[in-house]
Amino acid sequence: MMRALRSLDPPLVWALGGLVALLAVATLIGLTMRFAVKNPSARKTIDNLNLRIRAWWVMVAVFGFTLVVGPIGSLVLFGLISFLALREYLTLVPTRRADHHTLFWTFFIFTPLQYYLLGIKWSGFVIVIPVYAFLFLPSVMALAGDTRSFLERAAKIQWGLMICVYCISYAPALLTLNIHRFGPNAKLLLYLFVVDQLSDVLQYVWGKLAGRHPIAPSVSPNKTWEGFIGGMLSATAIGTALWWMTPFTPAVAAAVSVLITLLGFLGGLVMSAIKRDSGVKDYGTLIQGHGGILDRMDSMIFAAPVFFHVVRFFYAL
Amino acid sequence: MNAHPLAGAVAGAARLISGVQVTWRDGLPERRQSVFFANHTSHLDFVVLWSSLPRELRVRTRPVAAQDYWDRGLRRKLAVDVFNALLVARHQGATASDAQARDTIDRIADEMGDRYSLIIFPEGTRGTGDEIGPFKSGLYYLCLRKPGIGLVPAYIENLNRILPKGEFLPVPLISRVTFGSPTCLERLESKERFLERMRDAVRELKRR
Repeated sequence: MMRALRSLDPPLVWALGGLVALLAVATLIGLTMRFAVKNPSARKTIDNLNLRIRAWWVMVAVFGFTLVVGPIGSLVLFGLISFLALREYLTLVPTRRADHHTLFWTFFIFTPLQYYLLGIKWSGFVIVIPVYAFLFLPSVMALAGDTRSFLERAAKIQWGLMICVYCISYAPALLTLNIHRFGPNAKLLLYLFVVDQLSDVLQYVWGKLAGRHPIAPSVSPNKTWEGFIGGMLSATAIGTALWWMTPFTPAVAAAVSVLITLLGFLGGLVMSAIKRDSGVKDYGTLIQGHGGILDRMDSMIFAAPVFFHVVRFFYAL
Repeated sequence: MNAHPLAGAVAGAARLISGVQVTWRDGLPERRQSVFFANHTSHLDFVVLWSSLPRELRVRTRPVAAQDYWDRGLRRKLAVDVFNALLVARHQGATASDAQARDTIDRIADEMGDRYSLIIFPEGTRGTGDEIGPFKSGLYYLCLRKPGIGLVPAYIENLNRILPKGEFLPVPLISRVTFGSPTCLERLESKERFLERMRDAVRELKRR
């Protein structure tokens, strides 16, 4: 174990250490507030905050562990995340009896296949779902013979596969890139995770502190211009300061952070719109205080594929 | 009698596949002999309902299952050995004589003794999940035979999507079991009124 740790890349260790320190500070603040605040309604907010922090410990521990284990660890973790996210999504989205086989294919064939292709580092992973699953799944549905709201059902299932499996799989796909004089790529995955998730948290915090003007009140009343801009600026500052764990220069790191933050925001907004359309608040109940997996991953869904392609286009060999 | 060693494992697997989320509208039931009755849409129903019960209730609860389906090979092993199920013959419509029905109820009541609770699907067969079918009268006769027994309605949601009638491969969506408040057969309540009231009790648990 110690040898495994010593053989690790120093920037990765520093970044993980920093994350643990950050959580330790958050935990201390949460505990202090727990004892300082007496007002019951504020107390409730703080209890929820502490619940979230505890869940963050678990998430960081699991994520950090899989990063240290190596690419297989991350692939298994994200494969599981995709599977659970798809489960939450398809539970929410109405399907019909005739879709049973289509659903079986999405869960048990296309989801594992996507991660298997990443495991063997086949760059064709980018076309399997958008081309082959796209053509195959409606064929299975048509053969099942039920034409009632056919287009709607086909579209909903394919959206689920694109969002929960295809888009999310771009995060561990970073590990398959071959970048000149850089590596291990686990750093890059951690960078995406930190900037994306911190921007999510910071947008929430800024929104609570200063939020006045909602951006899209009918979709998500909690997303405000103040929260978005404050979160974006502070997450970009952090993303720029972490340039040393990426192949980017500080200026590029700033631009990439803006991109991650913006796409994270849009992903969250789109996923909220789907929830609103289905009449629910959260996709699931898996993570205490956070809702489900999909509620936590919503900002990653748009950010991961674009981040991957930017890195591949400009930096990969 | 103790639970079969596999029972815990099978219950865990059922909870994993069905991702079942359990709600007790009225808190956990007191420890009395009860009949849990629910809508029926999937072969997974009794396994999932059974595994949603807290352990101490579970070991004293036996599902009532149809003999014609479950009394064969591996299924029988699962139903009878692991779940301690009570297999009963299904009497279809006009062929059912009163004497046969009363025999079945007598057997069930005997097997319950003063220890076991039951899981019953009063529709008698699996539906599509859209509507709850009319209830068979067994529940009513059982109440006459065992007066004062608690009746706990439950609504099972999404298992018809996880393993619908006619499929044998499950799709791992998230299911939900909602238990309602216990009730019982009222004095002088007619069979028709009682069965309709029980069906409403299950239907009412369906989330809008």
